[in-house]
Amino acid sequence: MKQFFVSVAKWSWFGLLMLIAFGYMASGLSEPSNDRRGEVEAASDVRLDGSPPSGLPKSTVLESTDVDSAPREVSAQSESIDRVVAAVNAARNEQLAALGLQSAPPADWMTSCRRTSLALIGSGVSLQEIRALESLPEDQRESTHLSNLMRDPRFHDYWAERWTRFIVGADEGPFIVYRRRRFRHWLSDELAANRPYDQIVSDLITAEGLWTDRPEVNFLTVTFDSNDGNPDPIRLAARTSRAFLGLRIDCLQCHNDFLGNVNLGDPVETREGRQQDFHQLAAFYSSAKTNGLQGVRTGEADYEYQYLDASETVEVAPAVPYAAELLPEEGDARSRLATWVTHRDNRQFSRAAVARFWALMFGRSATEAVDNLPLDEPLPPMLEPIVDDFVQHRDVRRTIRIIAQCDAFRVDSRATFDVTPQHEERYAVFPLTRLRAEQVAGSIVQASKIKAINRDSSLLVQLIRYGSINDFLERFGDLGENEFSKDGITIPQRLLMINGNMLREAGQPNPILNATGHINLFARDDAQAIETIYLCLLNRYPSTEERDYFIDKMTERSDRAEALEDLYWTLANSTEFTWNH
Amino acid sequence: MSHHDLLCDPHAHLSRRTLLGAGAGGAMLSTIAHQLAWADAVGATETSRPKNVILLWLEGGPSQLETFDPHPGSAIGGEVKAIPTSVPDLQIADTLPRVAEKMHLGSLIRSVTSKEGDHQRAIYNIKSGYRPDPTLVHPSIGSILCHEFPEQLDIPRHISILPQNAPARGGYLGPVYDAFKIGDPQNPVPDLKSPIAEDRFDRRMKDLQWLEGRFRQQRLRDLDQNRTLHQSSTDAALRMMSSEQVSAFDVSNESKETLEQFGQTPFGRGCLAATRLIGAGVRCVEVTLGGWDSHITNHSLQSARCEILDAALAALLDRLVEQDLLETTLVVCGGEFGRTPQINPAEGRDHWPHGFSTFLAGCGIRKGGVLGATAADPKLDPDKPLADVGNPITIGDLHATILSTLGVPYHEERQTPIGRPLRISEGEPVGAVLA
Repeated sequence: MKQFFVSVAKWSWFGLLMLIAFGYMASGLSEPSNDRRGEVEAASDVRLDGSPPSGLPKSTVLESTDVDSAPREVSAQSESIDRVVAAVNAARNEQLAALGLQSAPPADWMTSCRRTSLALIGSGVSLQEIRALESLPEDQRESTHLSNLMRDPRFHDYWAERWTRFIVGADEGPFIVYRRRRFRHWLSDELAANRPYDQIVSDLITAEGLWTDRPEVNFLTVTFDSNDGNPDPIRLAARTSRAFLGLRIDCLQCHNDFLGNVNLGDPVETREGRQQDFHQLAAFYSSAKTNGLQGVRTGEADYEYQYLDASETVEVAPAVPYAAELLPEEGDARSRLATWVTHRDNRQFSRAAVARFWALMFGRSATEAVDNLPLDEPLPPMLEPIVDDFVQHRDVRRTIRIIAQCDAFRVDSRATFDVTPQHEERYAVFPLTRLRAEQVAGSIVQASKIKAINRDSSLLVQLIRYGSINDFLERFGDLGENEFSKDGITIPQRLLMINGNMLREAGQPNPILNATGHINLFARDDAQAIETIYLCLLNRYPSTEERDYFIDKMTERSDRAEALEDLYWTLANSTEFTWNH
Repeated sequence: MSHHDLLCDPHAHLSRRTLLGAGAGGAMLSTIAHQLAWADAVGATETSRPKNVILLWLEGGPSQLETFDPHPGSAIGGEVKAIPTSVPDLQIADTLPRVAEKMHLGSLIRSVTSKEGDHQRAIYNIKSGYRPDPTLVHPSIGSILCHEFPEQLDIPRHISILPQNAPARGGYLGPVYDAFKIGDPQNPVPDLKSPIAEDRFDRRMKDLQWLEGRFRQQRLRDLDQNRTLHQSSTDAALRMMSSEQVSAFDVSNESKETLEQFGQTPFGRGCLAATRLIGAGVRCVEVTLGGWDSHITNHSLQSARCEILDAALAALLDRLVEQDLLETTLVVCGGEFGRTPQINPAEGRDHWPHGFSTFLAGCGIRKGGVLGATAADPKLDPDKPLADVGNPITIGDLHATILSTLGVPYHEERQTPIGRPLRISEGEPVGAVLA
């Protein structure tokens, strides 16, 4: 008898543990309700029709105010942003007029919101967000969506990953001494705090300590493998130049510039780059020393190099490749470099930052390459007012807001006139850009859910998202640091989209986990089902012609769940879904 | 640091202005015409058969001492014994008895050296011929080959079987030149078979076509050709799904005897599939065998890996000879670096880029050649690591050798996306191993 009770107790304990584990995994999937229909409806708190919401979850509380500022400052900041946006728009209009190009009309609010979501969180807009925005007056929807996203941890995490790529690269790097994930989390925290960009960059250049304790130190330790366990001045000089200054001076590592490709010296009257320019910049980083358990410490700069055609190695003193008057004379080498790089009068720093943020917003660079902005070549006129503003504010969110509000970002991608490559190049229409792999994956996963997938989502949903995206990226291929590649889609990528597991699983009519199942259960008719799937995937309503076409198709089918799954597949495989437009 | 570490030849560069000044004539010289000119120059047009390559990557760092360069009886020799091979005076480790009988088919380089002792960086180095550079991703051998010799094939021309940490990449040539990745060939090729019934699949495709037509309205003219390539890539994917050439991936129809010869291992089946794919017109197949990182119990670990390699490599060479493919197919077998001469306290060997072995066979490689040597009693001076290596061969030279046998103009420059012209290979072919 005793054994029986022990056995019962053991199994009860085991059962309780399993129940708790399941409850933990599933928490957030649903909320209590009496009948199953009500349960699933409550699970999303999202209506399939567009009726006003009964109550919005905490994560989608709508605020049209700018969360980046104290309330009393909102109005003043908004006005100053409006002035910059007006200047950007004027530059665009002037350019279009000079070229005799007509502009397309503004895109509708849904298209603009999709662009913003893709740029800031790497996926499309969730149905939950669309429904919430629809409850607002139309003229507030875009700005509200932007404000919501900028305080959303999804934005901090996504931009942290994008920044990590251009700051330390996409590879896993040296074992033990480099913690890429820790570095990314640190960046995410910095973005969440809306820390000024110049301060973040300064922290990176002057980083000291252990890579685990001080995540910014990983900017240095990622180069340990090519310099015998010490920060590699050559790689750091190349990275600093490209990432923070938008200058490609890599060729100068080996020889003077004899091609007219690298102009340095005075930003107004430049000279050809010299091999010394590169190594003098690298010399700043020779002051970063590995000091056992203390990690990276600052010592004396002691850089030596044997220049091309020289007979012996010489000592190289730290010096900057242009605007030397901005370099402070006092302080340790890396502090001096950080001050020079982020100096307000070092306009190249602001040019590089704005060009980078512009590219992240549009998915393509405004110039030939985002990290190649020669000192003596102007940026496209539209970017100059933004650079002026960035010189003053160094505010990442403010810059994003300016870009998102300008006509170039909000213009339609199609037009009634004959669209040419020049129209796209000059932003007379929104330029079509292929989504990056992680954007495709993120959009597929998000489109398979009714609710926005964020940190409030159930652990199970977050795990599914994490696993699905990783598997997809492994097979689809990741562009690595080459974020703004203009390459077309490959055959293996198309095969993955046509036959792959991720899309199949995301489109299955599972009523608990997937949108298609939910829609199949609760859509009142085929028209509403089609409309909802369109909203989930393409973030727009179907046209009358599209709705009628797919209603006819569904009428022919005996299994509506299967028909909806097919519609999900069709939309996800379309150019419209896999491109930003 | 010195200028000997240069990544490029400054005097061979073309300036932006020079390139522009060259005019349309130069720019219009088509890739194919260019290749024909090069092929004529090197005599590669003597045969109409295209050149191919099978790369057997031994990932993790195979020990030269337990494979192709044993020093039995010496202080560094370990437990391995040497056995004679089909090449007079050449002995290799007794871990590769079947390969020993095939050594007359190719050349052995025992003195490959590099500057990379970290797996990730060394793999990059050995696959691309260049050391890692944060500003640029260099293309791998197969990507270069496919880029230089464009052809139409229903299945991808660059394939990576059992890829581990670093499947071959197109690098600056673009992801279109990335290797198509597959696992053990006894399993179906991923994503190739539609998971739904044919009529349902056809319905989906019909709906997609209709939708695509609507999307193209009011956008760039010839949107697909000029920008997205969406339809073209879909068509190519569908062609591959229905192509008979896909059967080249499938080794299930091979006889049991053949499968046994290759060793009935994933790597063995990968090698067998590689011969089938080359026969079907694929230009480059890389097959990866991992597990060579023997920091502890080196001998037993290396021996176990060699057992897999021995059967597969020997059978691969046999099969290529049998099918008359070895004359046009280069086989390369090696890892990212070797292992230390010293045996550590855990009876393991650590990473050693200063003198390791690579075996080459077929496609214009000298038969029965042996180049370079490592010392049986190395001085191991850390300041002069190459003092113990006779006739050291750099990774760059190894690459130039591989590319030159394949008919690639290895010494020419190609424009990279960062505006910097770069030689296809920074080395020079090793004449001693060429026929």
